Amino acid sequence: MGDFGFTVLKERHINYDANDKSIAEYIAEREPSFRICIECGCCSATCTTGNFIRFSLRELQILLKRGENEIVREQIDRCMLCGKCILVCPRGVNTRNVILLAREAFRKSVENEI
Amino acid sequence: MLKADKREVVVIGGGAAGMEAAGQLAKAGCIVTLLERESVTGGHVKNWYHLFPDSRNSDEVIEYLARQVNHDNITVRTGVTAGSLEKNGKSIIINTSRGERIRSDAVIVATGFDLFESRRKEEYGYGIYDNVISSADLEMMFRKDSIKRHDGETPRRIGFVHCVGSRDAKVNNLYCSKLCCVTAVKQAMEVKKHIGNASVYCFYMDMRMGGALYEELYKESQEKYGIIYIRGKVSEVSENIDTRLIVKVEDTLAGRPLRMELDMLVLMAGMEMSEGGMGLAESSGLKTGENRFFAPADHHFGTNKSTVAGIFYAGACTAPMNITETISHARAAVADVMDYFRNI
Amino acid sequence: MKLEGKKRIWSEYQKEIADDHYFYVRSCIRQSFFPGSEQFFLHFLGDVLGKDIYENPSHTTCTGIGYHSDVVPLSTIMTVIARHYALMKEAGYKHIVISCVTSFGIYTEIFETWKHFPEELEKTREYLYKATGREFDLPESMTHTSDIIYKFRNEIADRAKYRLVNHETGEPLNVVEHIGCHYSKMFPKYGVGGAEFPNVLGGMIEAWGGNVVDYPERRHCCGFGFRQYLVQANRGYSLSNTAKKFSSMKPYKPDLVLTNCPGCTMFMDKWQYTIREMEGTVYGNNGESIPVLTYEELAGLVMGYNPWDLGLQYHMVQAEPLLKKLGIEYDPADKFKTKDGRQMPVPQNLINA
Repeated sequence: MGDFGFTVLKERHINYDANDKSIAEYIAEREPSFRICIECGCCSATCTTGNFIRFSLRELQILLKRGENEIVREQIDRCMLCGKCILVCPRGVNTRNVILLAREAFRKSVENEI
Repeated sequence: MLKADKREVVVIGGGAAGMEAAGQLAKAGCIVTLLERESVTGGHVKNWYHLFPDSRNSDEVIEYLARQVNHDNITVRTGVTAGSLEKNGKSIIINTSRGERIRSDAVIVATGFDLFESRRKEEYGYGIYDNVISSADLEMMFRKDSIKRHDGETPRRIGFVHCVGSRDAKVNNLYCSKLCCVTAVKQAMEVKKHIGNASVYCFYMDMRMGGALYEELYKESQEKYGIIYIRGKVSEVSENIDTRLIVKVEDTLAGRPLRMELDMLVLMAGMEMSEGGMGLAESSGLKTGENRFFAPADHHFGTNKSTVAGIFYAGACTAPMNITETISHARAAVADVMDYFRNI
Repeated sequence: MKLEGKKRIWSEYQKEIADDHYFYVRSCIRQSFFPGSEQFFLHFLGDVLGKDIYENPSHTTCTGIGYHSDVVPLSTIMTVIARHYALMKEAGYKHIVISCVTSFGIYTEIFETWKHFPEELEKTREYLYKATGREFDLPESMTHTSDIIYKFRNEIADRAKYRLVNHETGEPLNVVEHIGCHYSKMFPKYGVGGAEFPNVLGGMIEAWGGNVVDYPERRHCCGFGFRQYLVQANRGYSLSNTAKKFSSMKPYKPDLVLTNCPGCTMFMDKWQYTIREMEGTVYGNNGESIPVLTYEELAGLVMGYNPWDLGLQYHMVQAEPLLKKLGIEYDPADKFKTKDGRQMPVPQNLINA
């Protein structure tokens, strides 16, 4: 194939229809409060981890819901489970359980259990 | 005995505001003429199915309003439009579309709103793509208990576009229509009640849940109905070869553009000053605001008063309002009319 | 799809298109790459319809390429456009007809600039007068050449030797219409049918018997853009947009793409070659690529002109599959011969040939 010094670029779109939302569904079934997040970002503002390294629960949970799982898989273990996010969440999302379930879902997906 | 006794009042517009105002005026002893340009009263409510926040059947509201105007002191005249108003001493003369000159002691303008014409947002293809419908079209589908695509199929993936004709300088409507967000939430839940396995998406810029029980409804829609909210305004809609709709939207919370295929798309049409109201404003020198609705004499103490003594406003001709607010506003207009009669 | 809905929008965007006495300004790209198009346009209006169409040899580039690449300042391009208006005034014409969509965009942009900032118009008058001693008037009408062909689409249909139908099956051909962004996206009022559902090319296709394809990425840019292709490292942006459009239209099995912008014609044509060479992808049927034609080329074919006189052989994607569908007779041996019959070199690697 010819080398032209440039290529067809990959689209940046979230391809919602094709993406795998099974991790998000796994969490929502077991922790229904996952559904009621309104993306206010309070969890990320107070997060001990996110103050120093790239980790935003707000961002990760929206990515899970859109099926953009790879970034979440890379970052989800950065949480130290301190639970400050639970204290501040205005909607009462059980954020720590969301994280634990996300980890569990990723582990099971590797083991082909979901 | 109140001075209002036997005073003659003309109410222009037979929707929720006009009917409530007429009823309250009659109870206070006024002789009321209610003018409605359509052949039946009831305004927009009669085209709606269930109402937020409690899913009340809108027929109950229609029945209530019909009872309000069923009074010996009220003459309901349908198919009549008020062309212009003119002061004649302390009286106000209403020139009607039938060439009459009706004398009155006071007038309540309750000309309501028009739904934004969705086709004006050309990029959404309303009136072109068969499965792009408006929020009003969906209510009619609810009323018929049949939510179907144009090809007769039951839609499985339904999207709602908030702010169609609202918060949009391109259509000269900078204001928020206030009710469309909660209407979308209500309609999204309603769709799920009709089609249990449907996936329902709301595309919003901000969720403006500023009414009693609105936020609770929003939460319920997420929790119990699994409605999926995507923050971002749909920029354009097109149709693919299978007549599915392709929407382009920025998922502003994920920070990336998103593409999705839908079976049906509902446009949440905003509220605009009615054409009738605008005509009356122009013919009668009534002031309108930047949003083109009637500008009240005072935004705090006089939202029912025009700048002309004896002419009052009720309901959504002054700003977008829900039914609860409209009925309260109509009652307040009557209180202002009574006060006016006591003082002239 | 409801046609009435589109018709309602079209009725709101009807522009005045002059009937006669045209001052014609050429396109840099078109006279170099699709010379048959401009030649057909002048021949059709002048010889076939008997209209008065005039071009001035002193007309220059509009400098749009330089303007969009940030090497020509706004005041300069406004003065160049003013000079063209001066040539028009001197020749006694009032209706400008612009062959290029980039130029058309520039003429409309400058017209609107002068309307909203009259002091810019006065400055431009001064610059032009100081530099050349010339004076100018604003035109009575500004039309793109595709507007004119749209206006006379039925006159072309009346003279048609071929219709846009597959002569073997009798089925209408599927035609993708692509409108240059600068035709109406900046100012919808200057485009026939507006910006969202333009009808300038669709109207021609319909009048000549074809089926207009409305595909999901119809409104997307072809990817051209001077900044995108002038710098090699940026060409990926240009190429990717073209790829996006073609993969979106592919399921509709288009028989041809009709464009009204020189950049779109060139890049939708040539990038098909590039994508095929780069990754082996083709977008037409039977392993073929999709011919991309200008509206004059298509009008010429419909009216029965020799495809080689129209210059179809100068495209990267060759039109033979289309000619066969239309039932157009042609002599392959004449394809690369001069008018006096001498053989020219035959290009290598032509697609669809």
